[in-house]
Amino acid sequence: MAETIVFAVAALLILGGALGVILSRNPVHSALFLVQTLFGVAITFIDLDAHFLAAVQVIVYAGAIVILFLFVIMLLGVDQAENLDIEPIAGQRPIALIIAAATLAGLMSVVLSVGDKLTGADSVTGPLDAVIRVDALGASPESATDVRVLGSHLFTDYVFAFEITAVLLTIAVVGAVLLARRPSGPIESFSEDDAVEAVR
Amino acid sequence: MTFAVDAPTTDWYLMLSAVLFSLGALGLLVRRNPLVMFMCVELMLNAVNITFVAIGRELKDVGGQLAVFFVLVVAAAEVVVGLAIIVTIIRRRPGANADDISVLKG
Amino acid sequence: MLDLVWLIPAFPLLGFLLLVVGGRKLGEPRAGWLATLLMAGSFVASVIVFLGLVANHAEERQFSQVLFTWVPAGRFSVDVGFLVDPLSITMCLFVTGVGTLIHLYSIGYMHGDEKFSKFFLYLNLFAFSMLMLVLGDNMLLTFLGWEGVGACSYFLISFWHTSDSNATAGKKAFVTNRIGDWGFMVAMFLSFGAFGTIKYTDLFEGIHSNGIATSTATAIALLLFVGACGKSAQFPLYLWLPDAMAGPTPVSALIHAATMVTSGVYLMTRANPILAEASPWVFTLIAWVGVGTALFAATIAVAQNDIKKVLAYSTVSQLGFMFLAIGSGAYVAAIFHMITHAFFKALLFLGSGSVIHGMHDDQDMRHYGNLRKFMPITAITFIIGWLAIAGVPPFSGFFSKDEILAAAMDKSPALWAVGLVTALLTAFYMSRQVFMTFFGRYRYADPRPDEIAAAWQTKVAAARSVAEDAKTADANASSALALARARLDDAVGDDRAAAEQAVAEAERLSAATAVDASDAQKSATALAMKVAQLPTVTLGLTAAPDVHEISEDLGHGPAHRREFHPHESGWQMWVPLVVLAGAAIVGGAINLPFSHDVKFLEKWLEPVLAHPHEVSFSGGKLFVLAVFAVLAGLVGVAIAAAVYLRGKGDPTKIELPILAEGWKYDSSVTAFMGGPGRQLFEGAAIADRVGIDGAVNGVAAGVRETSGTLRRLQNGLVRTYAVGIAIGAVLLMAYFLLMAKAG
Repeated sequence: MAETIVFAVAALLILGGALGVILSRNPVHSALFLVQTLFGVAITFIDLDAHFLAAVQVIVYAGAIVILFLFVIMLLGVDQAENLDIEPIAGQRPIALIIAAATLAGLMSVVLSVGDKLTGADSVTGPLDAVIRVDALGASPESATDVRVLGSHLFTDYVFAFEITAVLLTIAVVGAVLLARRPSGPIESFSEDDAVEAVR
Repeated sequence: MTFAVDAPTTDWYLMLSAVLFSLGALGLLVRRNPLVMFMCVELMLNAVNITFVAIGRELKDVGGQLAVFFVLVVAAAEVVVGLAIIVTIIRRRPGANADDISVLKG
Repeated sequence: MLDLVWLIPAFPLLGFLLLVVGGRKLGEPRAGWLATLLMAGSFVASVIVFLGLVANHAEERQFSQVLFTWVPAGRFSVDVGFLVDPLSITMCLFVTGVGTLIHLYSIGYMHGDEKFSKFFLYLNLFAFSMLMLVLGDNMLLTFLGWEGVGACSYFLISFWHTSDSNATAGKKAFVTNRIGDWGFMVAMFLSFGAFGTIKYTDLFEGIHSNGIATSTATAIALLLFVGACGKSAQFPLYLWLPDAMAGPTPVSALIHAATMVTSGVYLMTRANPILAEASPWVFTLIAWVGVGTALFAATIAVAQNDIKKVLAYSTVSQLGFMFLAIGSGAYVAAIFHMITHAFFKALLFLGSGSVIHGMHDDQDMRHYGNLRKFMPITAITFIIGWLAIAGVPPFSGFFSKDEILAAAMDKSPALWAVGLVTALLTAFYMSRQVFMTFFGRYRYADPRPDEIAAAWQTKVAAARSVAEDAKTADANASSALALARARLDDAVGDDRAAAEQAVAEAERLSAATAVDASDAQKSATALAMKVAQLPTVTLGLTAAPDVHEISEDLGHGPAHRREFHPHESGWQMWVPLVVLAGAAIVGGAINLPFSHDVKFLEKWLEPVLAHPHEVSFSGGKLFVLAVFAVLAGLVGVAIAAAVYLRGKGDPTKIELPILAEGWKYDSSVTAFMGGPGRQLFEGAAIADRVGIDGAVNGVAAGVRETSGTLRRLQNGLVRTYAVGIAIGAVLLMAYFLLMAKAG
């Protein structure tokens, strides 16, 4: 019963936040609503016994990514409101609604009609509750937490992927520095007329 | 399929995820501010994350949580680079939105 | 040693590449020396391969070297490979040998030219192409060289392309050669169709073992002959060669006398096993076209005044002799004459180049005379070349021409007769050239006909203006008289006496001016009559034109030219002349007719000939024929000496205008092509534009319309693209759902 209540609260937080993100005129508000959604997702993770991921979700998403968003918003001074009443591209909104509805319908039909097929046999290669590899570290299976399970898999079966992510992050940092550096040459002038012309 | 009240089944989480994903997609298509579009992408990623974890629990497989871990890393990298690009663009053309950046047309 | 054959074309190719990259940097004269050294290297390689070939037995004198497969296409496969046999190596020897000398000569001749290094670049490329032509072991490789030499010929004819006529001459050569190339190509296709190969050895092996239908062989032979006619300037495709003289003289010597134009002869000889299977009338045709061209060109050469034009028509004529030999089945004689001709014609061209060089680029022989005093080396070597081409024993031309005439006699006495007349004409026009250039009076400073005519015109105009002035004075006097008479009518008293006196005075004056005016008019008319009846100014072979009456009106031309002194050329130019002169003297020794043992060339070439040619008659008759040939030559020389050395007889009776215009053949072709031909071309152009281009352009326009519409999809808006992605994702999802349902 408690889990149901937690789930309901989390779902409310998530969906409310999501609506807030897409409906707020001000990007700062969007970012704050995003934080709300991310917290909701973290709660869902706890509900799903993924405690480590819940922590990471809060630290990485709420703590780093959203802060980065806010930084950029503040840095560039683009916190002005976006006029949501105007849609420059004809037919974009109806199409977007249709697509979103179709996506929702498709995913729902997967869950509702063919969802049963997803519940196949339990995993044998990477079981979540029986901690086989942790034995080597001297801990008893009963004391195994999901952090241990994740960690042991991450540094054994998935170590190559893990190292690759390290490289990826390094590249991302270097790329970001390179991109955000101020250009040495004069800034190319680009008038509004050009922009209007470009939109046409 | 049961809708028992005592504990939410995996299907509930999947449906939540579906709604969140659709909302993210809608936002991505409707909003013009590149930063908000990015946030919508994050919403969609989170929807997928919920699916991963829920199905991982259903199948008692650690793979679901591992996938989420990697998605988090990739999302972080993506945001870093994406925001850098947005910074560069907006520095050149203050106040630009996604529709203004249309030089790559045929 | 035979393995080194690839070096022969590799040297000029290397030279070409080096000059392409660094020719401009090397500059003059290093670029020339580089090209010359590499040509010499090619010659040395040829000699080495030749020695290697000599070391083999006669039956084994054939060697193939395949470098790589060029065109592998199913059943059709072409290698880049070289065929070394006595024929190809003979060609290589004289192409590289004469080529080296001409390269050396060019260093002197092209001195000071802006495009010095580019000239040698083309020369090396030409040598490479020519060597590929002769060494290629299949028809396609030969064709590659064939086109290569054509292209180089085009580049070099229009080398000084800033002048319009030079550029036109280059284009003319190129276009005319296309007709011949068409023949070669179709012959190649036919060979492939008949034998499935275009490799010479396989072709001849196929003919040897399986035989060939006479009709096919005839067609191939005829088409090859068309190709040979184009390259070797035979009637009716000879048109381009005289115009090709627009190029620098070393080019005329190398390409348009010694090597490229002989490639037709080479091709016919190379294909002799095919020719042997063709109908006999093909040979008759070739022989008659050859001898006809020889006679035709020789008659034109008689009336040319441009020193290089004479040699150009002479080349056409001599090539006609070679085709006469082929038509008579005497391939050895053709190759023999080709070699000796390469020596003496290159010598003559280089000599003429030396003359032109020494005479300030004046090419008109009427302005020469007695040049042996100024350029003795050029004169002596040129005279040797003259004796060789005129067929005077024991110079090389005598032996080769005699052999051809003997072979022609064997085929048909009529051919021999025409050939003999041509030999006489050859001796005549060459003697004319030598006498006009190196003997007689030095005529450079003479007043030229156009100057004399202009001076007479000035004099007539002056007399006319004097007459006009006298007429005006007379008219004035008459009006003064009329005025005085009018005054007399009005006058009275004392005035009347004065008026009568005035009238008398006026009458006297008027009478005097009337006489003056009529005298001046008469003398002007007389002068004009005299000028109109003046004999046309002749060459001034014996004495300068008599110009004492008009010496003041001649202008500065002759006086200016009196300051000029012709000079001998530098050593780079006369050394090749001397070497070639030596070759022209002794060149006949490679195939002496006295006994079978001294017919070196004939024995040497025997392996490549399907059916050796044997002259059917005995030594005695051969001797009589030789006597006739020598006599014909001497008669030609004698007539020329009488007319151009002694001044007996009128040269204008010989140099008929129709001959000078080349029997109006060139202008007729031009008129036809410009008139009905042009309309035909324009019709074809319209059909091309409307029909073929229309279809192509229609497709293009359709594509453009469609793409113009589709282009709008790509509007540059990120969110539209996102819609596209989303639609795709939804459709994929729908697909998977349907599949899952179905499954």
